[in-house]
Amino acid sequence: MREVIRPTPQETRVRGTIQPSNALATRAATAENGRVTLSDHRALPERFRSWTAAVLLIAFGVAPIVLAQTPNMETLPVRGQVSLVSAGGLNVLVQVGSQGVLVVDTMTEPLADALLAAVRTLAGSRPIRYVVNTHAHPEFTGGNLRVAAAGAQLVAGNFAGQVGQSAVEGVVPQAFVVAHENVLRAMSAPTGSQPPTPFGAWPTDTFFQREKTLYFNGEGIQLLHVPAASTDGDMLVFFRSSDVIAAGDIYSTLGYPRIDVRRGGSVNGVIEGLNTLIDMAISEQFTEGGTRIVPGRGRISDEFDVVEYRDMVTIVRDRVDAMIKKGLTLDQVTAARPTLDWEPRYGSTSGAWTTATFVEAVYRSLLPARKGQ
Amino acid sequence: MDRIIGLRVALVLVVLGIAWPSSAQFDITGSYNALFHEDQPERIPGPALGDYLGLPINESARAFAEAWDASRLTVPEHQCRAHSSPYILRGPLNMRIWDERDRETQQVVAIHLDISNFQQRRTVWMDGRPHPSTNAEHTWMGFSTGRWDGDTLVVTTTHIKQMWHRRNGVPQSDRVTLTERFTLHGTVMNYVTITDDPVYLTEPLVKTTNMLRNPRPLPPQQLLYPCTAVVELADQPRGAVPHYLPGQNPFLKEFGAELNLPEAATRGGAATMYPEFQNALSAR
Repeated sequence: MREVIRPTPQETRVRGTIQPSNALATRAATAENGRVTLSDHRALPERFRSWTAAVLLIAFGVAPIVLAQTPNMETLPVRGQVSLVSAGGLNVLVQVGSQGVLVVDTMTEPLADALLAAVRTLAGSRPIRYVVNTHAHPEFTGGNLRVAAAGAQLVAGNFAGQVGQSAVEGVVPQAFVVAHENVLRAMSAPTGSQPPTPFGAWPTDTFFQREKTLYFNGEGIQLLHVPAASTDGDMLVFFRSSDVIAAGDIYSTLGYPRIDVRRGGSVNGVIEGLNTLIDMAISEQFTEGGTRIVPGRGRISDEFDVVEYRDMVTIVRDRVDAMIKKGLTLDQVTAARPTLDWEPRYGSTSGAWTTATFVEAVYRSLLPARKGQ
Repeated sequence: MDRIIGLRVALVLVVLGIAWPSSAQFDITGSYNALFHEDQPERIPGPALGDYLGLPINESARAFAEAWDASRLTVPEHQCRAHSSPYILRGPLNMRIWDERDRETQQVVAIHLDISNFQQRRTVWMDGRPHPSTNAEHTWMGFSTGRWDGDTLVVTTTHIKQMWHRRNGVPQSDRVTLTERFTLHGTVMNYVTITDDPVYLTEPLVKTTNMLRNPRPLPPQQLLYPCTAVVELADQPRGAVPHYLPGQNPFLKEFGAELNLPEAATRGGAATMYPEFQNALSAR
């Protein structure tokens, strides 16, 4: 049954996006960790606000404390206008240009302030205009609330307000949060229910087709939905001029793909996503260089890195499928070690995503297809 | 008299010390061609399927190799894969080495290698820079830094792409660290590779190769190796990954049968690298 998402009494709907009411807006704005006073300055010119913030931070000795608490947040140029921000194995892509900043994924909530600091290092005072979520997992959307609230979007046309940083009464000027509609479903809840994430973190701009496009900072950006992959709401984000693709949780250099079967993920969807990445990427020479592909977790990659990973997932899928056809149970499949070849590279016996959970996800996502035959 | 001899010796040492660089360096620049010895069968026609002799592989590497199907190289995205740096200088090689110097100080900043095999270029940084972040991309040739150990150039390379330790499917992971030693003896370059692979090897894999310095510069075409992927099998589906399911590779025992070798030897492992392994076989 299709869930219907309705605004709560605290919400008002503005041009197809859900916006919080004034009271909620004030709370969201003032919730920016340690930046309470900044929310009161939103009507001030941007440069003045930046200077004010800098003076306050220095005056109260906040800057050294923030730096001391900042996790190991690394920034690396990827290609063109796109840079990588990485911490604890989680990746965020940041596109910076004359129109502002687009951020792909937002890490976890505790990392949000450090992420914002890293974005500021890359982008200076340019406003964050878009947050794009590759899927709904909390390691990738946990910072939505703070990152989006730190940004601002241009809105005009028949709603001639909220231009730049100038807030219209009752509306928080925050960045648009773009995602597949199934991400919104996963993060929200029907009226009367308790949503798993706060309202301000939800996507404001969703789509249900295979593709949505943006043109921002002088380049076309393709958002390609990959059905039933890591979840039911995955998408690849392709920066066409920079020639960089954000792969989300469909591809990782740190472990097996995380397939959330409960949220509609499947091994065949992941393989389709990996093959789509290979189709989209154009190598410079000898299957190396050219299009850069950045996983949700792990290092910067190119086409051949994805090819080897695709091979691995495909072979594991084929092995598990063959064992299912022979009637083996999950325990028997796990005991047969269908991932033996890659266990020292991607395997794990502890943590949130182990070899056993991966094999189980592959097994369970193949079972319905077998039953349906 | 002893004092005079001592002074003369000291004087000679001082003069030599002045004439010779404080950190020894050796000029290895020039053009090189490959020399093949008893390793020719593996390096040119290629190893037999199922031949893992002398490789310190673990069970995961063996499983990977036994599932590997050479038809995977028909897949367009596999056709133009290059050899990685731990393997590439074993090929039918033409190579040119030159150094790059700081214009003001004439210190060697980097040593470059142009390799005909898959037309690869390597840069060995000699200026003490660190290796990149673990989040940086990997390449076929990786990221290399060098130092001199006497007259031997020692190169350390990381950030290498996944490839193979042996050209019959034995995998090399992207977590290898390659240590190379280039030593020039007259016109013969002795080249040693020490590959540490925490994913697929239980001990370092050591190989030696010889190259011959060529007094004549290599013509450009000897350093070219273009590759364009094509559709080789018209009915190959998108996303095809040719491989054998466990226990179904029919070719694994051909090598042992042809040479009358026991399976325990052909399946490799660190023990098969050492002479004592013969005793272990005899005791069976």
